[in-house]
Amino acid sequence: MSSMPHPTTAATPLVIPGSKAVLWLVGTALLAIAVYYFVGVDQGAWSVFGNDTHIHELVHDGRHFLGFPCH
Amino acid sequence: MEKQIIWRGILAGAIGGVFAFVFARIFAEPQIQRAIDYEEGRDHAQSALDQATGLAAAHEHADPFSRAVQGNIGLGIGLILFGVAMGALFAVAYALCLGRTGRVRPRTLALLVAGGGFLGIYLVPFLKYPANPPAIGHEDTIRERGTFFLLMVTASVLFLVLTGWLGRRLQPRFGTWNAALIAGGVFVAATAIVMLALPSFSETPDALTDTTGRIVFSGFPADVLSHFRLYSVGAQLILWGAIGLVFAPMAERLLSPGKPAAAVSV
Ligand SMILES: [Zn+2]
Repeated sequence: MSSMPHPTTAATPLVIPGSKAVLWLVGTALLAIAVYYFVGVDQGAWSVFGNDTHIHELVHDGRHFLGFPCH
Repeated sequence: MEKQIIWRGILAGAIGGVFAFVFARIFAEPQIQRAIDYEEGRDHAQSALDQATGLAAAHEHADPFSRAVQGNIGLGIGLILFGVAMGALFAVAYALCLGRTGRVRPRTLALLVAGGGFLGIYLVPFLKYPANPPAIGHEDTIRERGTFFLLMVTASVLFLVLTGWLGRRLQPRFGTWNAALIAGGVFVAATAIVMLALPSFSETPDALTDTTGRIVFSGFPADVLSHFRLYSVGAQLILWGAIGLVFAPMAERLLSPGKPAAAVSV
């Protein structure tokens, strides 16, 4: 099971324990991905608000500049 | 502990987003404006051509926000929100790496994870599907371009995680140097295969010609495209660099042994 060798210094000894920690990490990751989606993708290739384009038009320049496909 | 890491990651991401916004406002906005001017000029030339040949002119669509709003408030909101999201993802990745990466100081790990985010989420996908200014890209291919771009991001992040895992597995047998080289080679090979398999899009507008073949409007200006892409890489470097460098001292204070008091506060 434990293929990882034991850390030999005490510098980063923490493996995040417990189900509450997992919940925080998963929740944070999902929220971050949702923000990524609304800044970069929504109302372009896909849209959760139908034909509305307000988010797309507002963050339009950032969307191009951050490397997302647009137009 | 995980909460302290997450809030610090979000703070680092917000700061990185502000830096990236300032950079973008100064360097990218003029290029974006040139691209939009080109697009408008070309649309007019196209309608003039269409009218001359008796075709229906393309429809104009009204934008809900002015260029001033898009280029200032909109750009700021977009980049800072993106920075916050990336800072949060960075924090999650950092928390998962803790205790699994052997003898790495907290601040060194911060730079490594930030470098991984820059590579996996931005730079490797950029090599296949580089950032494009307005006027480049057909409206009817947005679904395909969006899908394949996200596929490329997913693949490169997945490969990067697997590369880290593989490197750790190989380290006891081959040593750190050789294990890193082997794992890195596997990453490059796997990424290259995906890049070759996915379709390419070349949608940079060529010169517009009339029925006799005479050029009536030039192709997309190459300088605008190359500057835009260079600045796009620059902004992401600033964003991820700031996330790593802002988070590093906070992680050091939070995690260093001998200063347990700092870990309980906040
Ligand atoms: Zn666009």
